[in-house]
Amino acid sequence: MNSKHSYERYNRQTLLKGFGEAGQEKLLRAKVLVIGAGGLGCPALQYLAAAGVGTIGIVDNDIVSLSNLHRQPLYSTADIGLFKSETAAKKLGELNPEISFCIYNERLTSANALEILAPFDIIVDGTDNFATRYLVNDACVLLDKPLVYGAVSQFEGQIAVFNFHSANNAPAVNYRDLFPNPPKENEVLNCAEAGVIGVLPGIIGTMQANETIKLITGIGTPLINSLLTFNALNNQSYEISLQANQETRSLIPATKEDFELMNYEWLCAAERSPREIDITSFDELIVAGNTIFIDVREPHELPVVTEFKHQRIPMSILKQALIKTDAGTIVVFCQSGKRSLEAAEYIFALNDQTRNVYSLKGGILQWINQHQKKVTV
Amino acid sequence: MAVNIIIFGQLTDITGEQNLILKDVGDTNQLVARLNTMFPAMANAKFVIAVDKQVISENTILESNSTIALLPPFSGG
Repeated sequence: MNSKHSYERYNRQTLLKGFGEAGQEKLLRAKVLVIGAGGLGCPALQYLAAAGVGTIGIVDNDIVSLSNLHRQPLYSTADIGLFKSETAAKKLGELNPEISFCIYNERLTSANALEILAPFDIIVDGTDNFATRYLVNDACVLLDKPLVYGAVSQFEGQIAVFNFHSANNAPAVNYRDLFPNPPKENEVLNCAEAGVIGVLPGIIGTMQANETIKLITGIGTPLINSLLTFNALNNQSYEISLQANQETRSLIPATKEDFELMNYEWLCAAERSPREIDITSFDELIVAGNTIFIDVREPHELPVVTEFKHQRIPMSILKQALIKTDAGTIVVFCQSGKRSLEAAEYIFALNDQTRNVYSLKGGILQWINQHQKKVTV
Repeated sequence: MAVNIIIFGQLTDITGEQNLILKDVGDTNQLVARLNTMFPAMANAKFVIAVDKQVISENTILESNSTIALLPPFSGG
């Protein structure tokens, strides 16, 4: 550390026994990539930037929306509609102008992942879907990069350090040693459907930053080959040991070429079904008329849609409602597009597969996001 | 003999409880079969099993007072 500034900025942590100026030098030289600047990514980024990690990469192509703010307090209400990666980098640069940021305002795919991950020492997984989690895991195994994993659901979070080669030469564990294959559709709910308490990703993302700092500086006992579960309702935590499993290696692409050919969306059953339509087609149907729109969310679910005419038939009573229709087209929607797809399949079958029945892919939240973006950008 | 079961994440929506005590289950296969009978929705749920804080990948004998954790994958962020 050569500047007086740095000395003062990091003083309270360099005072720590075992950390010192040597630890600070390691942080300043480190390059950490945070994938996803959302609930987990925001707190992780804030503490990594504050601690003086010298180079921080941010991957996210999403924009800030109102429903993000309860768990992503890095952003403010005025940031709604702005790109997360750019907004985060701007705010973090104000927090710590002595470090540098690499912004990747793009969706991580098997085509760009290896190139984006390659320059970094440690990868922090703050993504919000299984497809990207498996993609990030496999990329880290291929590139031999440590992965600081975190995930949340409702009131519980998981944290682990994967793919880190410890001194005792135990084989490094990766996410597939825990869950070899992605869950099939309906085996788990995603965040938009399951909900999450705002402080929980704050806690878990901060723990991911803590594990990252420990790995870089070599202090303490990081969660190498262990999975910690934390429950925000009762404050209980539970740590389990993981073992590398030779068989799971066969699930991971063996070469960069194989990796680039992997379709992780398909692997995670996220591909578009013939019953799904995208936002553009949805908007065309609104304009065209002769389409019945049905909101299958439960009455308490927000936001209430006022932008176009529709009926509300909650999923819980949909099957009693027996929607038989002569209308040209029926389009159903819900929060994230998962329940509405189920509803669309059901109504399609009920009408002897003769009507056009569609579900809005990505749900009404993505639709609202998209339209806010058009207004503000 | 009885074993303690800790249920994590949304699996508790199925079991209604975070903690269960089950008697007369000799191994993890028997445990899963018993849970599927008690809670049919468990058969469609995805989770890993840890016995006394070690993740297992094959059928494992349970001792009296073993603690078994059932952990589903989380994807939220």
